[in-house]
Amino acid sequence: MNEINEVRKPPVATTGIIGWLRINLFFNWTNSLITLFVIYCLYQFIPWILDWTIFSADFKYNYLGEQITNQEMCSRNLDPENGGACWAVIYVRFYQFIYGFYPKVEVWRVNLAYVMLAFALLPLLYAKLPYRKYFLYFTYIFPVIAYFLLNGGLGFTEVSTNKWGGLLVTLVLGCTGIALAFPIGIMLALGRRSKLPVISMMCTLFIEFIRGVPLITLLFFGMVMLPLFLPEGIDMDGLVRVLVAVTLFQSAYMAEVIRGGLQAIPPGQYEAAKSLGMSYWRMNLLIILPQAIRISIPPIVNTSIGLFKDTTLVIIVGILDLLGIGRGTLADTNWLGLSYEIYFFVSLVFFIFTFGMSRYSLYLEKKLKTGINMGAE
Amino acid sequence: MSEESIISLKNVNKWFGDFHVLQDVNLEVKKKERIVVCGPSGSGKSTMIRCINRLEEHQEGSIVVDGIELTGNLKNIDNVRKEVGMVFQQFNLFPHLSVKENITLAPIWVKKMPKAEAEELAMRQLEIVKIPEQANKYPGQLSGGQQQRVAIARSLAMNPNIMLFDEPTSALDPEMIKEVLDVMVDLANGGMTMIVVTHEMGFAKTVADRMVFMDEGKIVEEASPDKFFNNPESDRTKLFLSQILHQ
Repeated sequence: MNEINEVRKPPVATTGIIGWLRINLFFNWTNSLITLFVIYCLYQFIPWILDWTIFSADFKYNYLGEQITNQEMCSRNLDPENGGACWAVIYVRFYQFIYGFYPKVEVWRVNLAYVMLAFALLPLLYAKLPYRKYFLYFTYIFPVIAYFLLNGGLGFTEVSTNKWGGLLVTLVLGCTGIALAFPIGIMLALGRRSKLPVISMMCTLFIEFIRGVPLITLLFFGMVMLPLFLPEGIDMDGLVRVLVAVTLFQSAYMAEVIRGGLQAIPPGQYEAAKSLGMSYWRMNLLIILPQAIRISIPPIVNTSIGLFKDTTLVIIVGILDLLGIGRGTLADTNWLGLSYEIYFFVSLVFFIFTFGMSRYSLYLEKKLKTGINMGAE
Repeated sequence: MSEESIISLKNVNKWFGDFHVLQDVNLEVKKKERIVVCGPSGSGKSTMIRCINRLEEHQEGSIVVDGIELTGNLKNIDNVRKEVGMVFQQFNLFPHLSVKENITLAPIWVKKMPKAEAEELAMRQLEIVKIPEQANKYPGQLSGGQQQRVAIARSLAMNPNIMLFDEPTSALDPEMIKEVLDVMVDLANGGMTMIVVTHEMGFAKTVADRMVFMDEGKIVEEASPDKFFNNPESDRTKLFLSQILHQ
């Protein structure tokens, strides 16, 4: 029986680089034609885009060696034959793109908040971080610190939010919206599935109403109508009004996403938890939600990315986020006509953040699939 | 109701919509008694034991468990559930937690036991069900028989007075049934009050103090195993036994 004991190898043509090429790129003649066509397109496009964005581009000086201070000095405006992108506009306006009109003397506070944000995200990004518990405490109190740091108070001079702008506003809206909407969304999702008809009806109404209205409408609603609900004499900050609108909007979407996850949990899990004597909240916090949220990671990240990009809509109520600053710069006669550069830059910044979120979601999915514990500790 | 009854069902009725799933069910279970409930599927046996820890609500009649009547009172329900352990056909382990965490979760959060003590308890329970070496695995990495034994250990960790088993071996491959039944026999010999819904007639013969046969939502026959298997009274029981024993 054991006489023939040689290991048979797969045919050479299906392994290695040649095998991979053959299977994936040159499987039959249509496949080969498409491959060649795509290679031709890339060959045309990649050198051109590299040339425009980097090799022929102006960064600070134009091709004559002068420092660029307005669009007329850009190489491509001086000599259309010579020159690509004129990044000088980003260089000159960089401060506004990142901080808006935040006073220069106080800008260290924004920088500190950015650094602290990175530290606050660390324990969420790396489960194996040493001393993760203490980092997490910091994450919980970070919003309070950031509020006083950015807004003022506790000995800091106040910086009114109408001086905020650019990436600062984008990040404040995005992070706060996502962070606040998550717990509210969970409560709404549980509420909608509640057996108590009043609670379930209220949650359903809220979700359906908010979800049925465009974000722009909610932003106008926040700007115009929220102050009407407040007692007289109390003025609500413009950015806070927008934040309320953005959070409400996001929590309705989050609720529906999490409800989807809740529906995927088999009834046996509820029964097992109940039979062990767990109360409603224990059952949900320890058994149901950790599993439901795990299932919902891809759509949660999806709606979060959506919100991060939708924050650009605040431009219509007069708040200048990253895109707003970009459009403001375009309206400046000094920089008229540099829309390629500005939109390219704004897109790139958004892409960096959203791509990061997307990779994080993949990492989470992979990590949780291998069975490492999450949330229940 | 006799003094020693730990579970007492009186004229219990329940409907699913228009379907009358439990019809005037009466059952008294004494302390340390082992009851095996059998009957064709849809006869209401699972529903009956699920009423005992209020996973299902009965609509008429009374159910008293260890002196506590099951009503809408949430506190009573929680107290009864602390007394009564339950093992399910589909195991229902918590897949996001390790075996050890599955067992320690309820002692820590419901009984407020310190974590170290709960872990010690979990290891003791895993010894009892003979799989201490699986403590750090996740449910998905275990065989069906091992999962069901973890489920038993998880229930036992709450130190219940009564154990309910809802077809504990029906979802298992044949070669794993024995390892689960062995654990249940040990438990029965240790003096646990048990109500077991099962089709394992061998188990019933060795362990049961009393057999309960249900059909169409009614208890048709209640007898000692000896009488039940050798000399049943009702024709319905005879038919059922002839079918199940001649498979």
